[in-house]
Amino acid sequence: MNRRHFLKVASTSALTAIGADAAQAREPKTMPPKAVGMLYDSTLCIGCKACVAACKRANDRPPEIAEHHKTWNQGTWDTAQDLSGDTLNVILAYSHGNMSQKDSETDGYAFMKRHCLHCIDPSCVSVCPVSAMRKDPSTGIVTHHPEACIGCRYCVLACPFSVPQFDYNTPFPQIHKCQFCQHLQAKGEIPACCDVCPTGATLFGDARALIEEAKRRLAAKEGDTYEFPRGKLGSDRSTHIAKIPKYQNNFYGEREVGSTQVIYLSGVPFEKLGLPTQVTEHSYVSLSESIQHTLYKGMIAPAALLTGLMVMAYRNRDKSNETNSGEKK
Amino acid sequence: MKTTAQPLGGKLLTKPFIILSILAIIAAYLLAERLIFGLGAVTNLNNGYAWGLWVAIDVVIGTALGCGGFVIALLVYIFNRGEYHPLVRPALITSVFGYTLGGLAAMLDIGRYWQAYNLFLPWYAQPNSVMFEVALCVTAYTIVLWIEFTPVFLERFGIKGLRNKLEKVLFIFIALGVLLPLMHQSSLGTMMIVMGFKLSPLWHTALLPLLFLVSVIIMGYAVVTVEAILSSAGFRRPYDTTILNKLSGIMWFLLLGYLVIRFTDLIIRGQLGLALSGDLNGNLFIIENLLFVIPVIILAKRANRNHPRLLFIAAMSMLLAGALFRINTYLIGYDPGRGWSYFPSVSEIMITVGLFAFEIMLYLIFVKKLPILDRS
Repeated sequence: MNRRHFLKVASTSALTAIGADAAQAREPKTMPPKAVGMLYDSTLCIGCKACVAACKRANDRPPEIAEHHKTWNQGTWDTAQDLSGDTLNVILAYSHGNMSQKDSETDGYAFMKRHCLHCIDPSCVSVCPVSAMRKDPSTGIVTHHPEACIGCRYCVLACPFSVPQFDYNTPFPQIHKCQFCQHLQAKGEIPACCDVCPTGATLFGDARALIEEAKRRLAAKEGDTYEFPRGKLGSDRSTHIAKIPKYQNNFYGEREVGSTQVIYLSGVPFEKLGLPTQVTEHSYVSLSESIQHTLYKGMIAPAALLTGLMVMAYRNRDKSNETNSGEKK
Repeated sequence: MKTTAQPLGGKLLTKPFIILSILAIIAAYLLAERLIFGLGAVTNLNNGYAWGLWVAIDVVIGTALGCGGFVIALLVYIFNRGEYHPLVRPALITSVFGYTLGGLAAMLDIGRYWQAYNLFLPWYAQPNSVMFEVALCVTAYTIVLWIEFTPVFLERFGIKGLRNKLEKVLFIFIALGVLLPLMHQSSLGTMMIVMGFKLSPLWHTALLPLLFLVSVIIMGYAVVTVEAILSSAGFRRPYDTTILNKLSGIMWFLLLGYLVIRFTDLIIRGQLGLALSGDLNGNLFIIENLLFVIPVIILAKRANRNHPRLLFIAAMSMLLAGALFRINTYLIGYDPGRGWSYFPSVSEIMITVGLFAFEIMLYLIFVKKLPILDRS
C-alpha cells in the first residue's frame, strides 16, 4: 500500500465514521426496571420550603445565610438562592407583573423545585472519567462518589440542568448533588423532601406509576375535585383534596434529553420555571457516545492505524537517515 | 538518525529571560495561593462556567500549539519527506513543553488533584468518557514525546550505546507519537458535543472532532513556521525558504479543506445565519473565520510563500484562528444560562501568562544547551 492510498483510505474511513454518527445515534437508554421517581406539581406547591429544610437535615448541610443578614440571622432562616454545595434542593419562584394569580404566566407567580432529575441517560455519568457519577442499574438513582472524583467539573458543565455543584472556596473541594436520599431509601423510608411536603406537590414513587399519575392529572377536567396523594404514591397517607388547575399540555421529563425520572407538572410554561425546553428528545450523551464508540470500538481502528504507522515509520527509518546525513549505512 | 543539530551556546541570563522568570515567579506565587485556599481564591470560575481560561488556553490551546512535533513527524517519518528533517527537533521541543505544561495546567485546574491517579486505576476506568480517553492519551503522548526527545540528551552527553539501542525501537514511539495526537486532539472537539444546547449551534456540531483535528494540524505547521522564522531572526541564523515554502503549500490546502468542511456543515444545519446576528457569538465567529481566510489569501500567491514577513503573518493568523476557534468552542459559545457569567480574574490570567513564560524559558535553555537547532 503506498502512502497516497493509505492516506486516502484513512481519511475517507475517518470521515464516514464521523459523518455517520450524526444520523445514527447509539440506542437510547430505557427506564431501569425498578426506577424510582418524583413528581413535582408546581401548582400544588405553596413555597413553604419545608422540603429545603428537611433536605438539609437529612443530608447534613448547613443553612445559607446572606451576607447582609448575618448581623441578625443566627442560622434559623435559610436563604439559599439556588443550588450550591450546601443546598441540594431549592425552591425558586417565577413572578410576572403584579403577581396576583398563582400559576399564571402573566401577572402571576409559580414555584419551582430544583435538584437532580436522575436522567435516564445522564450526561454526568457519561462524561465522568473516573466513574465518580454512577446510575444504579435497578433504581436509576444517580449517585456521586467522592472517593473516585478528581474534581475536573466536566459533570458541572455537561449537566443539562446545571445540578452538580462544586466548592470553589476550599482547598479540598467536593461535588455535591441530590442523591435522592438513597441512605433513607435503603432503610425503607422515602426522600426527605417528599416526606415533609404538606400538599403532595413533591411526590415520591415508582417512576412509571408517577408518569401515569401525571397523565391522570392532565386528563382530568379543570376545576374537578381531585385527591392528590401525599408522600409516596400508593401509600396510605391522607390525600390532599383540591381542584384540578389549568395545566400545561404535557408534563416535563418524558421527552426531554432522553427523559428523566423526576418529572414536572406546571401551570406556567416550563421555560418560565427555568427548565430547558429547546432540547433534543435524545440525550446529548447518545450523540457523543456514538462518535466515541464508532471511532474506538474495540480499539480496532486505532490499533490498525498504529500498525500502519509503525510499518511506514520503520520503512522510512533508513531513508530519512540517508537524506539527512548523506551517507549510507 | 544522524543530525546536524548543535547547541546554540551563548549567555543564558539575557534581559528577556529575566523578564520571563519574573512572570513565572508571580505565577508560582499565585499557584501556591490556589493550592492553599482553593480555586475560588485566584479564579472567577463558578458553577455555571466551571472551566475557564486554564482549560481553554493552557490545556486545549497549549497542547494544540504543542502539535508541531506530531505534524512534522507525520511528514518526515510517515510520508518520508526527509527534506523537512531539520524541523524535527525544534518542533519536538515545543511539543514536549506544550504537552508537559498542558498536563501540569490540567493538574492545577482539577479540584481534587490528590486523587488524579484515579484516572489510571482500572476499577475507576470509564471508557464512555471522552475525558478519560483524552487524559490517558495525553499522558501517554507526553511520555512518548520525552522518549522521542531522549536521543538529544544522549547525543549531548555522548551516551552512544543506549542511543543506538533507542534508535532501533524509535519507530514504535514515532508511530505512537502520530496516533495519539490524532486521537486526543480530535477528542478535545468531541468533549464539547455533550454540552448540547449549552453550546451555540455555531460551534455545536457532530463534526467537532474532525474540525479540531484538521485545525490542529494547521496550527502544528504554523507553529513550526513561526518558530523557524523567529529563531532565524532572533538568533541571527540564516533563513531557510525552501522548506517553509513547501510547508506553506501544505497549509494552504489544509486551510481550504477546513473552511469547506466548516461552512458546508453550517449550511447543511442551517445555522450560518447566526453568524450575522451581530451578537458576541456571531461577531467572534466572523473574526475566527476571517483569521482562517487571511492565510488562504496570502498563500494563494506562490511568490508570497517565499516572503518571510508575509509567511509569518499568514502563520500567525492561522495560530490565532485555531486558538480563537478553541476559545469560542470552550468559552464564548458556551452558555450555561441561569444568569451565569465569567471573565477571567487578573490572577487567573497571570498564571496563564506565567506558564507560557516558563515554557519559553525552557525553550531558550534547551536550544542553547542541547543540539536542537540545525547548523546551516
